[in-house]
Amino acid sequence: MPAIRLEGLVKHFGGEPGRRAPAGGGTAGGGVGGAAGGSPGGSAQNEAIVAVAGIDLEIVDGEFFSMLGPSGSGKTTTLRMIAGFERPTAGRIVLHGRDVTDLPPFERDVNTVFQDYALFPHMSVGENVAYGLMVRKVPRPEREVRVADALRMVRLEGYERRRPGQLSGGQRQRVALARALVNRPRVLLLDEPLGALDLKLREEMQIELKAIQQAVGITFIYVTHDQEEALTMSDRLAVFNRGRIEQLGTPADVYERPATRFVAGFVGTSNLLTGDSARAIIGSAGTFTVRPEKIHLVDPAATPGPDEASATGTIREVVYLGPDTRYIVALDAGGELVVTQQNLATSSMEALAAKGRVVRLTWKRQHNLPVGDG
Amino acid sequence: MVESRAVRIALRIATALAVSFLYMPLVILAIYAFNPSRLLVWPPTGFTLGWFGEAAANPAVIRAVINSLLAGALATSIALVLGTLAAYAVQRYRFFGRESISFLLVLPIALPGVVTGIALRTTFTTFGVDFGLMTIVIGHATFCVVIVYNNVIARLRRLPRSPEEASADLGADAATTFRRITLPGMRTALLSGGLLAFALSFDEVIVTIFTAGPGTQTIPMWIYQAIGRPTELPVVNVVALVLVLLSVIPVWLAQRIAGGEAASLSR
Repeated sequence: MPAIRLEGLVKHFGGEPGRRAPAGGGTAGGGVGGAAGGSPGGSAQNEAIVAVAGIDLEIVDGEFFSMLGPSGSGKTTTLRMIAGFERPTAGRIVLHGRDVTDLPPFERDVNTVFQDYALFPHMSVGENVAYGLMVRKVPRPEREVRVADALRMVRLEGYERRRPGQLSGGQRQRVALARALVNRPRVLLLDEPLGALDLKLREEMQIELKAIQQAVGITFIYVTHDQEEALTMSDRLAVFNRGRIEQLGTPADVYERPATRFVAGFVGTSNLLTGDSARAIIGSAGTFTVRPEKIHLVDPAATPGPDEASATGTIREVVYLGPDTRYIVALDAGGELVVTQQNLATSSMEALAAKGRVVRLTWKRQHNLPVGDG
Repeated sequence: MVESRAVRIALRIATALAVSFLYMPLVILAIYAFNPSRLLVWPPTGFTLGWFGEAAANPAVIRAVINSLLAGALATSIALVLGTLAAYAVQRYRFFGRESISFLLVLPIALPGVVTGIALRTTFTTFGVDFGLMTIVIGHATFCVVIVYNNVIARLRRLPRSPEEASADLGADAATTFRRITLPGMRTALLSGGLLAFALSFDEVIVTIFTAGPGTQTIPMWIYQAIGRPTELPVVNVVALVLVLLSVIPVWLAQRIAGGEAASLSR
């Protein structure tokens, strides 16, 4: 039995007079609705905004599943419908075989880690973490043991008496995680939980979150707009765009075989060859993508191997990134390709001096992939 | 910033003028409260505490003070319950007629007191309600509700929704979430709204005149009547002075709350 099954899930915002729905919108919910103005229905007043346009999805028990997409793609709204904060306009949500579509959040066996952490400012860290156990009337001795365990798991033992206001962003994040996990939900929902942290802390927390997920063995549903985060942490991921899933698969599937032009662009650098340049370089019509790290920069006079595609061009821009350098090459056949090269033996001076140089790009033919026009 | 000597002196004079403009009447009132003469004569002829005793021994004054405190407390209590619930409903839920209700709730504060007063009086008469303390309480509650409503709705707008969602997510039903999460978040707004409502009720005259029964007097009504009787003037001064001193308390409290708020928000 899947942990979660979504059947034809649809959510419209506005245009539902008389319906009891949260006013003012949640931090994320309203933003998603507003940003989805480009979708059919438009953003005219009193007209429904389509935030989620039909999602069918099965998430396996114990899976680390990511919902990846730009803001306004419907990923957060989908998560909020699973949590019970938004009522679907149409469709069903089934949790472990039980239809929960019409149940309020407090009757669903899921817990959420919020983007802004949503800690209770008037309670101590210990009270925050104990809250779910308290309202569910877990006896005090057991409560104390479980709160201590949860805080130990997020490496915050001894912080019980602190107030959320006295903690750093990373510590608050851990409290939010402990507060959700202490209830031992079968599914944990995470809404861009690392969005507010700085890069270094975010990378540490990514590793830690993954380790915690493997330790507790519960299903994680992770919403993010950060493709790297989704690729490194997930067992599977769904790429959202305009309220629909564009591609569903393992990180390797999605990265190496993007199904659509959108996925190719959103996950990784878009590097597309279209129209005439595709015909000239690949030898057939259509849209193709080549990942920038698969391309070699060689001397323009060099002859490509029999299994290689090749194109000549001029280096238009050089971006030195430390371990890598990114070259933006204007192709003679038209269009541009981004090439990244590891700086194995190249100094920054040498890399930057390449600007304006005429070069030949080569890559193995198996690395240019046709993509749909979704 | 470094300013010249002339500017510094000018600023000090301006400040002194502003303060004396605000407080001179109160100082004069205080002086007369201790003046042995029954009439307003300047300069004061001596010093006495006698009028305080006379005020304390005046049953009409005592009854009026008790009535005012009761009316204020009851009207504020009603306002806290109704105003908070109305604000919560309007701010947190979307329902048919929400915008109109929001407008209708705030409108009474803009109505002239005489209109509110005559409307209430007509209604009470129509339904045969006996005029007395309860009719005053109802009259005062009409504007106290608005005060609390405005305070609470302003706070709810600033309070993020996510802690309420987190509470529901962690298993708390709507009532528990309101009691444990929303209410603590509004605590200071309720306190300052309640203090303001009480203060407004305490010195309200117009609506009170229309809704009070013949035998019921509040302290502002008593003062207003007493100034017509020259012999009562010293007692009026004493009562007014005590009211000044009492009104310092809520202002001081409100300032402390505001200060505490700012401190906790800046954390």
